[in-house]
Amino acid sequence: MMLSSFRRALHVGLLALGSAVALTACSDKTEESQVLPYIGERDVRPRADGGPADTIFAAIPSFTLTNQDGQTITNQTFAGKVYVADFFFATCPSICPKMQSEMLRVYEQFKGNPKVLFLSHTIDPAHDSIPVLRDYAQRLGIQDASRWHFATAPHDTIFGLARRYMTAAQKDGGVPGGYAHSGTFALIDSERHIRGVYDGMVKEEVDRLIQELPLLLKEEAAKQPKAQ
Amino acid sequence: MKKLRQPLWILRSLAVLAGGASILSCFSNRQNEGAKLYETHCSNCHGSQGEGLKRLIPPLAGADYLVQHRAELACLVRKGKQGPLLVNGVDYNQVMPPADSHLTDSQITNILNFVQTSWGNKGEIFTIREVSEQLRGCGGSDGR
Ligand code: HEC
Repeated sequence: MMLSSFRRALHVGLLALGSAVALTACSDKTEESQVLPYIGERDVRPRADGGPADTIFAAIPSFTLTNQDGQTITNQTFAGKVYVADFFFATCPSICPKMQSEMLRVYEQFKGNPKVLFLSHTIDPAHDSIPVLRDYAQRLGIQDASRWHFATAPHDTIFGLARRYMTAAQKDGGVPGGYAHSGTFALIDSERHIRGVYDGMVKEEVDRLIQELPLLLKEEAAKQPKAQ
Repeated sequence: MKKLRQPLWILRSLAVLAGGASILSCFSNRQNEGAKLYETHCSNCHGSQGEGLKRLIPPLAGADYLVQHRAELACLVRKGKQGPLLVNGVDYNQVMPPADSHLTDSQITNILNFVQTSWGNKGEIFTIREVSEQLRGCGGSDGR
Protein backbone atom coordinates (compact mmCIF):
# COMPACT_ATOMS: atom_id res chain seq x y z
CA MET A 1 0.00 0.00 0.00
CA MET A 2 2.61 2.44 1.20
CA LEU A 3 4.86 1.43 -1.62
CA SER A 4 2.23 1.89 -4.29
CA SER A 5 1.18 5.34 -3.17
CA PHE A 6 4.81 6.30 -2.92
CA ARG A 7 5.27 5.11 -6.47
CA ARG A 8 2.28 7.07 -7.57
CA ALA A 9 3.73 10.20 -6.05
CA LEU A 10 6.96 9.43 -7.80
CA HIS A 11 5.14 9.06 -11.10
CA VAL A 12 3.42 12.39 -10.68
CA GLY A 13 6.74 14.00 -9.84
CA LEU A 14 8.20 12.43 -12.92
CA LEU A 15 5.47 13.94 -15.01
CA ALA A 16 6.70 17.37 -14.08
CA LEU A 17 10.27 16.35 -14.61
CA GLY A 18 9.46 14.72 -17.89
CA SER A 19 10.00 17.69 -20.12
CA ALA A 20 13.09 18.85 -18.27
CA VAL A 21 14.59 15.40 -18.65
CA ALA A 22 13.70 15.29 -22.32
CA LEU A 23 15.34 18.64 -22.87
CA THR A 24 18.57 17.84 -21.12
CA ALA A 25 18.65 14.29 -22.50
CA CYS A 26 21.72 12.22 -21.80
CA SER A 27 24.24 14.96 -21.15
CA ASP A 28 22.53 15.76 -17.87
CA LYS A 29 24.09 14.01 -14.94
CA THR A 30 21.75 15.10 -12.15
CA GLU A 31 19.57 12.74 -10.12
CA GLU A 32 16.37 13.32 -12.12
CA SER A 33 17.84 12.14 -15.37
CA GLN A 34 18.75 8.84 -13.77
CA VAL A 35 15.11 7.75 -13.89
CA LEU A 36 13.59 7.10 -17.29
CA PRO A 37 10.41 9.00 -18.19
CA TYR A 38 7.02 7.41 -18.84
CA ILE A 39 6.20 7.80 -22.50
CA GLY A 40 2.82 8.00 -24.17
CA GLU A 41 -0.59 9.35 -23.35
CA ARG A 42 -1.55 9.61 -19.75
CA ASP A 43 -4.78 10.08 -18.01
CA VAL A 44 -5.43 11.65 -14.62
CA ARG A 45 -8.48 10.16 -12.91
CA PRO A 46 -10.00 11.76 -9.83
CA ARG A 47 -10.55 9.21 -7.12
CA ALA A 48 -14.05 8.55 -5.84
CA ASP A 49 -12.91 8.93 -2.22
CA GLY A 50 -11.50 12.38 -2.93
CA GLY A 51 -7.92 11.21 -2.40
CA PRO A 52 -5.07 12.18 -4.70
CA ALA A 53 -5.92 11.58 -8.37
CA ASP A 54 -4.60 8.46 -10.06
CA THR A 55 -2.32 8.94 -13.02
CA ILE A 56 -2.83 6.24 -15.60
CA PHE A 57 0.17 5.80 -17.86
CA ALA A 58 -0.06 4.36 -21.34
CA ALA A 59 0.52 0.62 -21.14
CA ILE A 60 0.99 -2.21 -23.59
CA PRO A 61 -2.35 -4.05 -23.84
CA SER A 62 -2.73 -7.78 -23.28
CA PHE A 63 -1.49 -9.83 -26.20
CA THR A 64 -1.14 -13.41 -27.36
CA LEU A 65 1.48 -14.15 -29.99
CA THR A 66 3.34 -17.19 -31.29
CA ASN A 67 7.13 -17.26 -31.41
CA GLN A 68 9.65 -18.96 -33.72
CA ASP A 69 9.46 -22.18 -31.69
CA GLY A 70 5.68 -22.29 -32.07
CA GLN A 71 5.22 -21.37 -28.41
CA THR A 72 2.48 -19.06 -27.23
CA ILE A 73 3.79 -15.88 -25.68
CA THR A 74 1.79 -13.35 -23.70
CA ASN A 75 2.47 -10.45 -21.37
CA GLN A 76 3.09 -13.12 -18.75
CA THR A 77 6.15 -14.27 -20.70
CA PHE A 78 7.65 -10.87 -19.89
CA ALA A 79 6.52 -10.65 -16.26
CA GLY A 80 9.23 -9.37 -13.95
CA LYS A 81 11.46 -8.51 -16.91
CA VAL A 82 12.10 -5.56 -19.13
CA TYR A 83 12.07 -5.96 -22.89
CA VAL A 84 12.86 -4.20 -26.12
CA ALA A 85 10.29 -4.48 -28.91
CA ASP A 86 10.39 -3.77 -32.61
CA PHE A 87 8.55 -4.57 -35.85
CA PHE A 88 10.12 -6.06 -38.97
CA PHE A 89 9.55 -8.58 -41.72
CA ALA A 90 11.85 -11.21 -43.15
CA THR A 91 11.78 -9.98 -46.74
CA CYS A 92 11.92 -6.29 -45.88
CA PRO A 93 14.00 -4.63 -48.57
CA SER A 94 14.67 -1.33 -46.89
CA ILE A 95 15.37 -0.68 -43.23
CA CYS A 96 15.06 -4.05 -41.50
CA PRO A 97 18.53 -5.51 -41.98
CA LYS A 98 20.07 -2.36 -40.55
CA MET A 99 17.49 -2.25 -37.75
CA GLN A 100 17.94 -5.88 -36.81
CA SER A 101 21.71 -5.53 -36.85
CA GLU A 102 21.35 -2.62 -34.42
CA MET A 103 18.98 -4.72 -32.28
CA LEU A 104 21.56 -7.48 -32.36
CA ARG A 105 24.07 -5.00 -30.96
CA VAL A 106 21.75 -4.34 -28.00
CA TYR A 107 21.15 -8.07 -27.58
CA GLU A 108 24.90 -8.76 -27.52
CA GLN A 109 25.27 -6.20 -24.71
CA PHE A 110 22.60 -7.75 -22.51
CA LYS A 111 22.54 -11.39 -23.50
CA GLY A 112 24.14 -12.31 -20.18
CA ASN A 113 21.22 -10.81 -18.27
CA PRO A 114 18.07 -12.97 -18.20
CA LYS A 115 16.04 -9.96 -16.98
CA VAL A 116 16.30 -8.41 -20.43
CA LEU A 117 14.24 -9.91 -23.26
CA PHE A 118 13.72 -9.01 -26.90
CA LEU A 119 10.57 -9.16 -29.00
CA SER A 120 10.49 -8.68 -32.76
CA HIS A 121 7.04 -8.76 -34.35
CA THR A 122 6.59 -9.59 -38.00
CA ILE A 123 4.29 -7.20 -39.84
CA ASP A 124 3.99 -9.68 -42.71
CA PRO A 125 2.39 -12.69 -41.01
CA ALA A 126 1.16 -14.05 -44.34
CA HIS A 127 4.73 -14.66 -45.48
CA ASP A 128 6.57 -15.00 -42.17
CA SER A 129 5.32 -18.38 -41.01
CA ILE A 130 6.85 -19.98 -37.94
CA PRO A 131 9.47 -21.88 -39.99
CA VAL A 132 10.40 -18.64 -41.78
CA LEU A 133 10.77 -16.86 -38.44
CA ARG A 134 12.83 -19.70 -37.02
CA ASP A 135 15.13 -19.66 -40.04
CA TYR A 136 15.47 -15.88 -39.78
CA ALA A 137 16.30 -16.02 -36.06
CA GLN A 138 18.84 -18.77 -36.53
CA ARG A 139 20.47 -16.98 -39.42
CA LEU A 140 20.76 -13.95 -37.17
CA GLY A 141 22.52 -16.19 -34.65
CA ILE A 142 19.69 -16.40 -32.10
CA GLN A 143 19.39 -19.99 -30.95
CA ASP A 144 17.52 -19.31 -27.71
CA ALA A 145 13.94 -18.27 -28.46
CA SER A 146 13.25 -17.56 -24.79
CA ARG A 147 15.57 -14.52 -24.89
CA TRP A 148 14.65 -13.07 -28.25
CA HIS A 149 11.18 -13.88 -29.52
CA PHE A 150 10.38 -13.50 -33.21
CA ALA A 151 6.64 -13.40 -33.04
CA THR A 152 3.62 -13.58 -35.26
CA ALA A 153 -0.13 -13.07 -34.82
CA PRO A 154 -3.05 -12.20 -37.08
CA HIS A 155 -2.43 -9.11 -39.15
CA ASP A 156 -4.84 -6.86 -37.20
CA THR A 157 -3.40 -7.87 -33.85
CA ILE A 158 0.10 -6.96 -35.00
CA PHE A 159 -0.88 -3.62 -36.49
CA GLY A 160 -2.89 -2.72 -33.41
CA LEU A 161 0.10 -3.54 -31.22
CA ALA A 162 2.52 -1.60 -33.42
CA ARG A 163 0.60 1.58 -32.67
CA ARG A 164 0.79 0.89 -28.96
CA TYR A 165 4.56 0.42 -29.19
CA MET A 166 4.73 3.74 -31.06
CA THR A 167 5.73 2.16 -34.35
CA ALA A 168 4.04 3.44 -37.46
CA ALA A 169 3.27 0.47 -39.71
CA GLN A 170 0.94 0.12 -42.62
CA LYS A 171 0.41 -1.80 -45.82
CA ASP A 172 1.56 0.36 -48.70
CA GLY A 173 1.73 -0.97 -52.23
CA GLY A 174 3.75 2.09 -53.20
CA VAL A 175 6.89 1.24 -51.24
CA PRO A 176 9.39 -1.55 -51.88
CA GLY A 177 8.34 -4.64 -49.96
CA GLY A 178 4.71 -3.55 -49.65
CA TYR A 179 4.85 -2.25 -46.07
CA ALA A 180 5.81 1.14 -44.75
CA HIS A 181 7.01 1.14 -41.18
CA SER A 182 9.33 2.95 -38.84
CA GLY A 183 12.31 1.39 -37.13
CA THR A 184 11.29 2.22 -33.58
CA PHE A 185 12.72 0.31 -30.63
CA ALA A 186 10.49 0.57 -27.55
CA LEU A 187 11.79 -0.17 -24.07
CA ILE A 188 9.09 -1.67 -21.83
CA ASP A 189 9.24 -2.02 -18.06
CA SER A 190 7.85 -4.88 -15.97
CA GLU A 191 4.52 -3.05 -15.64
CA ARG A 192 3.99 -2.75 -19.39
CA HIS A 193 4.88 0.94 -19.51
CA ILE A 194 6.96 2.42 -22.31
CA ARG A 195 10.09 3.93 -20.77
CA GLY A 196 12.07 4.74 -23.89
CA VAL A 197 11.58 5.09 -27.63
CA TYR A 198 14.59 4.98 -29.94
CA ASP A 199 15.16 5.16 -33.66
CA GLY A 200 16.66 1.79 -34.51
CA MET A 201 18.15 3.18 -37.71
CA VAL A 202 20.37 5.67 -35.90
CA LYS A 203 23.46 4.34 -34.15
CA GLU A 204 23.54 7.18 -31.59
CA GLU A 205 19.93 6.48 -30.61
CA VAL A 206 20.70 2.82 -30.13
CA ASP A 207 23.74 3.78 -28.06
CA ARG A 208 21.36 5.79 -25.89
CA LEU A 209 19.18 2.70 -25.41
CA ILE A 210 22.24 0.71 -24.37
CA GLN A 211 23.06 3.42 -21.80
CA GLU A 212 19.51 3.84 -20.50
CA LEU A 213 18.55 0.20 -20.16
CA PRO A 214 20.68 -0.30 -17.02
CA LEU A 215 18.86 2.65 -15.39
CA LEU A 216 15.59 0.81 -15.81
CA LEU A 217 17.13 -2.41 -14.49
CA LYS A 218 18.28 -0.51 -11.41
CA GLU A 219 14.79 0.84 -10.84
CA GLU A 220 13.28 -2.62 -11.30
CA ALA A 221 15.77 -4.18 -8.89
CA ALA A 222 14.90 -1.56 -6.26
CA LYS A 223 11.18 -2.19 -6.43
CA GLN A 224 11.23 -5.97 -6.43
CA PRO A 225 11.50 -7.74 -3.10
CA LYS A 226 14.83 -9.49 -2.91
CA ALA A 227 14.55 -13.10 -4.01
CA GLN A 228 15.76 -15.49 -1.32
CA MET B 1 29.43 16.50 -65.51
CA LYS B 2 30.34 19.60 -67.54
CA LYS B 3 32.75 20.83 -64.92
CA LEU B 4 34.57 17.54 -64.83
CA ARG B 5 35.24 17.50 -68.49
CA GLN B 6 38.14 19.86 -68.66
CA PRO B 7 40.21 18.45 -65.81
CA LEU B 8 39.48 15.00 -67.17
CA TRP B 9 40.74 16.11 -70.54
CA ILE B 10 43.89 17.46 -68.99
CA LEU B 11 44.34 14.33 -66.94
CA ARG B 12 43.84 12.29 -70.01
CA SER B 13 46.49 14.07 -72.03
CA LEU B 14 48.82 13.86 -69.07
CA ALA B 15 48.20 10.17 -69.01
CA VAL B 16 48.95 9.92 -72.69
CA LEU B 17 52.12 11.90 -72.12
CA ALA B 18 53.04 9.58 -69.31
CA GLY B 19 53.04 6.97 -72.00
CA GLY B 20 50.51 4.29 -72.77
CA ALA B 21 48.41 4.98 -69.68
CA SER B 22 45.53 6.33 -71.75
CA ILE B 23 43.64 3.08 -71.11
CA LEU B 24 42.78 4.57 -67.73
CA SER B 25 40.28 6.90 -69.34
CA CYS B 26 38.14 3.94 -70.39
CA PHE B 27 37.48 3.06 -66.81
CA SER B 28 34.84 4.64 -64.74
CA ASN B 29 36.82 5.46 -61.68
CA ARG B 30 34.70 7.85 -59.70
CA GLN B 31 35.27 6.32 -56.30
CA ASN B 32 33.28 9.12 -54.71
CA GLU B 33 30.12 8.61 -56.68
CA GLY B 34 30.42 4.88 -56.13
CA ALA B 35 30.73 5.41 -52.37
CA LYS B 36 27.66 7.64 -52.26
CA LEU B 37 25.58 5.28 -54.34
CA TYR B 38 26.68 2.37 -52.18
CA GLU B 39 25.65 4.25 -49.05
CA THR B 40 22.21 4.99 -50.52
CA HIS B 41 21.38 1.69 -52.20
CA CYS B 42 23.38 -1.06 -50.54
CA SER B 43 24.71 -0.24 -47.09
CA ASN B 44 21.47 -0.73 -45.15
CA CYS B 45 21.76 -4.38 -45.99
CA HIS B 46 25.40 -5.16 -46.67
CA GLY B 47 26.72 -2.78 -44.01
CA SER B 48 28.87 0.34 -44.30
CA GLN B 49 31.98 -1.83 -44.23
CA GLY B 50 30.57 -4.49 -46.55
CA GLU B 51 30.42 -6.80 -43.58
CA GLY B 52 26.95 -8.28 -44.23
CA LEU B 53 24.76 -9.53 -41.37
CA LYS B 54 25.41 -12.95 -39.87
CA ARG B 55 23.94 -15.65 -42.11
CA LEU B 56 21.14 -13.36 -43.34
CA ILE B 57 23.02 -11.00 -45.65
CA PRO B 58 26.27 -12.04 -47.31
CA PRO B 59 29.36 -9.84 -46.99
CA LEU B 60 30.88 -7.95 -49.89
CA ALA B 61 34.20 -7.40 -48.14
CA GLY B 62 36.46 -10.28 -49.02
CA ALA B 63 33.64 -12.17 -50.76
CA ASP B 64 34.82 -14.96 -53.08
CA TYR B 65 31.47 -14.56 -54.85
CA LEU B 66 32.69 -11.35 -56.48
CA VAL B 67 35.50 -13.23 -58.20
CA GLN B 68 33.56 -16.37 -59.04
CA HIS B 69 30.50 -14.58 -60.41
CA ARG B 70 32.08 -11.48 -61.88
CA ALA B 71 30.18 -11.84 -65.15
CA GLU B 72 26.81 -11.77 -63.32
CA LEU B 73 27.33 -8.87 -60.93
CA ALA B 74 25.79 -6.10 -63.04
CA CYS B 75 22.59 -8.09 -63.57
CA LEU B 76 22.53 -9.06 -59.90
CA VAL B 77 22.45 -5.39 -58.92
CA ARG B 78 19.87 -4.54 -61.60
CA LYS B 79 17.52 -7.48 -61.02
CA GLY B 80 18.19 -8.56 -57.46
CA LYS B 81 18.73 -12.13 -56.38
CA GLN B 82 16.99 -14.82 -54.44
CA GLY B 83 17.46 -18.44 -53.59
CA PRO B 84 20.34 -20.28 -51.97
CA LEU B 85 23.81 -18.91 -52.56
CA LEU B 86 27.25 -19.61 -51.14
CA VAL B 87 29.70 -16.90 -50.06
CA ASN B 88 33.01 -17.86 -48.48
CA GLY B 89 31.61 -21.29 -47.67
CA VAL B 90 28.54 -19.95 -45.84
CA ASP B 91 25.09 -20.56 -47.29
CA TYR B 92 22.61 -17.69 -47.59
CA ASN B 93 19.00 -17.83 -48.69
CA GLN B 94 17.20 -14.49 -48.52
CA VAL B 95 15.89 -12.01 -51.02
CA MET B 96 17.92 -9.17 -52.45
CA PRO B 97 15.44 -6.86 -54.21
CA PRO B 98 16.25 -5.10 -57.47
CA ALA B 99 17.86 -1.68 -56.97
CA ASP B 100 15.26 0.53 -55.25
CA SER B 101 15.34 3.17 -57.94
CA HIS B 102 16.64 3.16 -61.48
CA LEU B 103 20.41 3.04 -61.71
CA THR B 104 22.09 3.81 -65.02
CA ASP B 105 24.74 1.55 -66.48
CA SER B 106 27.41 4.00 -65.39
CA GLN B 107 26.04 4.21 -61.84
CA ILE B 108 26.11 0.43 -61.58
CA THR B 109 29.67 0.52 -62.86
CA ASN B 110 30.62 3.02 -60.17
CA ILE B 111 29.01 0.99 -57.40
CA LEU B 112 30.67 -2.22 -58.52
CA ASN B 113 34.04 -0.52 -58.75
CA PHE B 114 33.58 0.91 -55.27
CA VAL B 115 32.88 -2.62 -54.03
CA GLN B 116 35.83 -4.03 -55.98
CA THR B 117 38.27 -1.57 -54.39
CA SER B 118 36.97 -1.07 -50.84
CA TRP B 119 37.52 -2.76 -47.45
CA GLY B 120 40.66 -4.49 -48.67
CA ASN B 121 39.01 -5.79 -51.84
CA LYS B 122 41.33 -5.78 -54.82
CA GLY B 123 38.97 -6.93 -57.53
CA GLU B 124 39.39 -6.24 -61.20
CA ILE B 125 37.81 -2.92 -62.21
CA PHE B 126 34.76 -2.85 -64.53
CA THR B 127 34.44 -0.66 -67.61
CA ILE B 128 31.08 0.84 -68.46
CA ARG B 129 31.17 -1.09 -71.71
CA GLU B 130 31.62 -4.37 -69.84
CA VAL B 131 28.73 -3.53 -67.50
CA SER B 132 26.44 -2.54 -70.41
CA GLU B 133 27.28 -5.81 -72.12
CA GLN B 134 26.43 -7.79 -69.00
CA LEU B 135 23.20 -5.85 -68.63
CA ARG B 136 22.18 -6.47 -72.23
CA GLY B 137 22.41 -10.15 -71.39
CA CYS B 138 19.55 -9.75 -68.92
CA GLY B 139 17.66 -7.10 -70.88
CA GLY B 140 18.70 -4.44 -68.35
CA SER B 141 21.03 -2.08 -70.20
CA ASP B 142 19.94 1.49 -70.74
CA GLY B 143 23.08 2.47 -72.64
CA ARG B 144 23.78 5.34 -70.24
C1 HEC C 1 17.40 -5.40 -48.93
C2 HEC C 1 18.73 -5.82 -48.68
C3 HEC C 1 19.77 -5.70 -49.78
C4 HEC C 1 20.13 -4.58 -50.49
C5 HEC C 1 19.54 -3.17 -50.38
C6 HEC C 1 21.21 -4.99 -51.35
N1 HEC C 1 21.49 -6.31 -51.17
FE1 HEC C 1 22.91 -7.40 -52.14
N2 HEC C 1 22.22 -9.08 -51.26
C7 HEC C 1 21.22 -9.15 -50.33
C8 HEC C 1 20.93 -10.53 -50.03
C9 HEC C 1 19.90 -11.01 -49.02
C10 HEC C 1 21.77 -11.30 -50.82
C11 HEC C 1 21.77 -12.82 -50.91
C12 HEC C 1 20.61 -13.23 -51.82
C13 HEC C 1 20.30 -14.70 -51.78
O1 HEC C 1 20.34 -15.29 -50.69
O2 HEC C 1 20.00 -15.27 -52.85
C14 HEC C 1 22.60 -10.35 -51.58
C15 HEC C 1 23.62 -10.72 -52.45
C16 HEC C 1 24.50 -9.83 -53.06
C17 HEC C 1 25.69 -10.19 -53.80
C18 HEC C 1 26.22 -11.59 -54.04
C19 HEC C 1 26.75 -12.23 -52.79
C20 HEC C 1 27.93 -11.50 -52.18
O3 HEC C 1 27.82 -11.12 -51.00
O4 HEC C 1 28.94 -11.30 -52.86
C21 HEC C 1 26.26 -9.03 -54.23
C22 HEC C 1 27.53 -8.88 -55.06
C23 HEC C 1 25.42 -7.95 -53.77
N3 HEC C 1 24.36 -8.47 -53.06
C24 HEC C 1 25.67 -6.61 -54.02
C25 HEC C 1 24.77 -5.59 -53.69
C26 HEC C 1 24.94 -4.21 -54.12
C27 HEC C 1 26.12 -3.68 -54.93
C28 HEC C 1 23.88 -3.52 -53.63
C29 HEC C 1 23.53 -2.07 -53.84
C30 HEC C 1 23.28 -1.68 -55.21
C31 HEC C 1 23.05 -4.46 -52.88
N4 HEC C 1 23.63 -5.69 -52.95
C32 HEC C 1 21.88 -4.13 -52.21
C33 HEC C 1 20.56 -8.08 -49.76
C34 HEC C 1 20.62 -6.78 -50.23
